[in-house]
Amino acid sequence: MAQAILEVIEGGWLTTVQDLGRPGYARYGIPPSGAMDFFALAVANRLVGNPPGAAGLEITLTGPTLRATAPCLVAVTGADLTLQVDGREMPMWMSVFVRRGSVISFGRRRWGCRAYLAIAGGIDVPPVLGSRSTYLPGRFGGLDGRALRPGDRLPIGPAPANLVEQAGRAFPRHLIPPYSDRPVLRAIPGPQDDHFTPEGLKTFFGAEYRILPTSDRMGYRLEGPTVVHGKGTEIISDGVPLGAVQVPPDGQPIVMMADHQTTGGYPKIAAVIRADIPLLAQGVPGESRVSFRPVSIPEAQGWYREMGKLLDWPDSQ
Amino acid sequence: MFPRFLPAGESALVVEFGDEIHPDIHRQVLALDYALSREPFPGLRETVPTYRSLLVHYDPLQLAWDDALGYVTDALRRSAEVPMPEPAEVEIPVIYGGEFGPDLEFVAESNGLSVDEVIRLHAGATYTVYMLGFAPGFAYLGGLPDRLATPRLPTPRPSVPAGSVGIAGRQTGIYALSTPGGWRIIGRTLQVMLALHRDPPTLLKPGDRVRFVPVEQGADEGR
Repeated sequence: MAQAILEVIEGGWLTTVQDLGRPGYARYGIPPSGAMDFFALAVANRLVGNPPGAAGLEITLTGPTLRATAPCLVAVTGADLTLQVDGREMPMWMSVFVRRGSVISFGRRRWGCRAYLAIAGGIDVPPVLGSRSTYLPGRFGGLDGRALRPGDRLPIGPAPANLVEQAGRAFPRHLIPPYSDRPVLRAIPGPQDDHFTPEGLKTFFGAEYRILPTSDRMGYRLEGPTVVHGKGTEIISDGVPLGAVQVPPDGQPIVMMADHQTTGGYPKIAAVIRADIPLLAQGVPGESRVSFRPVSIPEAQGWYREMGKLLDWPDSQ
Repeated sequence: MFPRFLPAGESALVVEFGDEIHPDIHRQVLALDYALSREPFPGLRETVPTYRSLLVHYDPLQLAWDDALGYVTDALRRSAEVPMPEPAEVEIPVIYGGEFGPDLEFVAESNGLSVDEVIRLHAGATYTVYMLGFAPGFAYLGGLPDRLATPRLPTPRPSVPAGSVGIAGRQTGIYALSTPGGWRIIGRTLQVMLALHRDPPTLLKPGDRVRFVPVEQGADEGR
């Protein structure tokens, strides 16, 4: 059987190939990248029978239009951008059979920022340093290091033959993360929380911040009450993990997201816990607001473990 | 007071060896990094060496904070005993000035030097790679002669070509990818600093010794 291809008719506002990222290269200055809402991508992959880290599409705000050259099985999770197949609305968080020649498109955005499309067999672009994730600033990974555009052809890996039988598998509604346009993000103070005054910490963990329109896959820039530094607004540059909250001299926090720089010279007041990164990733720049709540490391590890268990929901085999 | 251990979320910890840029502090960072790479503990994900600290990523499903701290403390003890391998020595050809080094004259003027003196001083020193970071493959080098220290550009350039060699304050560095940047650019190397099909992907690694070799424009053609 010929290899299936997804033909790109419209690219959408910003659609990139992402998997669960490119860990192991931060020491060379290479960010992890990968799906911003990694949970939604992992669920979508499970719905179509892929390993959780197979490459899919991260679809931002406005969806693409795609045509399948062979029968395929897809699942769309994350933000609700009104999934349609041949013009008919289809359910999300569920595997959907797509006939040869059918067109997958999206309509109105109902909520959220990023939808994830997984396809049985995964998107088979060549891996770069062990990952198919697109890193736009470095112009590598994914499809030639860039977003999709009309005329692109995405190769799909080998899929099982019984696709029709696998359609209709659904992720239980009540297990979907508590996405919100005003999420409360749990965060672990440090490593430089001692660079802030007690009032600065109180502000950070008490105030509400708007997500600025300049936010992107590198960082979510926030606007709100000034977080006051105590001992200096710069540090000697050190390593930056995913979710780290940097506070530059203007006192407006920036949360480091998937394509974050690997080192930085601003004090980091806290780190958003892994289990809440998906909630932030669905925050809409210019619209959503977030606030922060301090939690402990054991609590955060427990929540992350629970999140991982959700990927093995009872009927997922 | 040092070393001290700080949390960086639920899956990473920072080991800080000091709060200044100093070769002795950096050596301790590399020694711990080396000890962890020789004998990785179960659940160790990756490490990021920087000027004065090591970021240690661990698997939060396998290790509690205390477990990770225990393993890192053991490695710290070993790192004091195991000698480090000699650092690699890397020569990097650089075309100074002209279109490849638009800020060379500014660096000369602001330090009261001639352009030739800047080149002689910059290429006459031996540098240590303190870290790769910020952007893919960007190398931060310590050891810049004091007389070449120059503040950054007031406004960063939207794009600095890959291979550009720059000065920012008392540091010098090499851009591996074309990115925005505010360093004073004095030259460019045609050496490939970042090759994504290689593993490791960068020419330089933390701890390497670097010397710049001035070359004339055209000398590298045909490579």
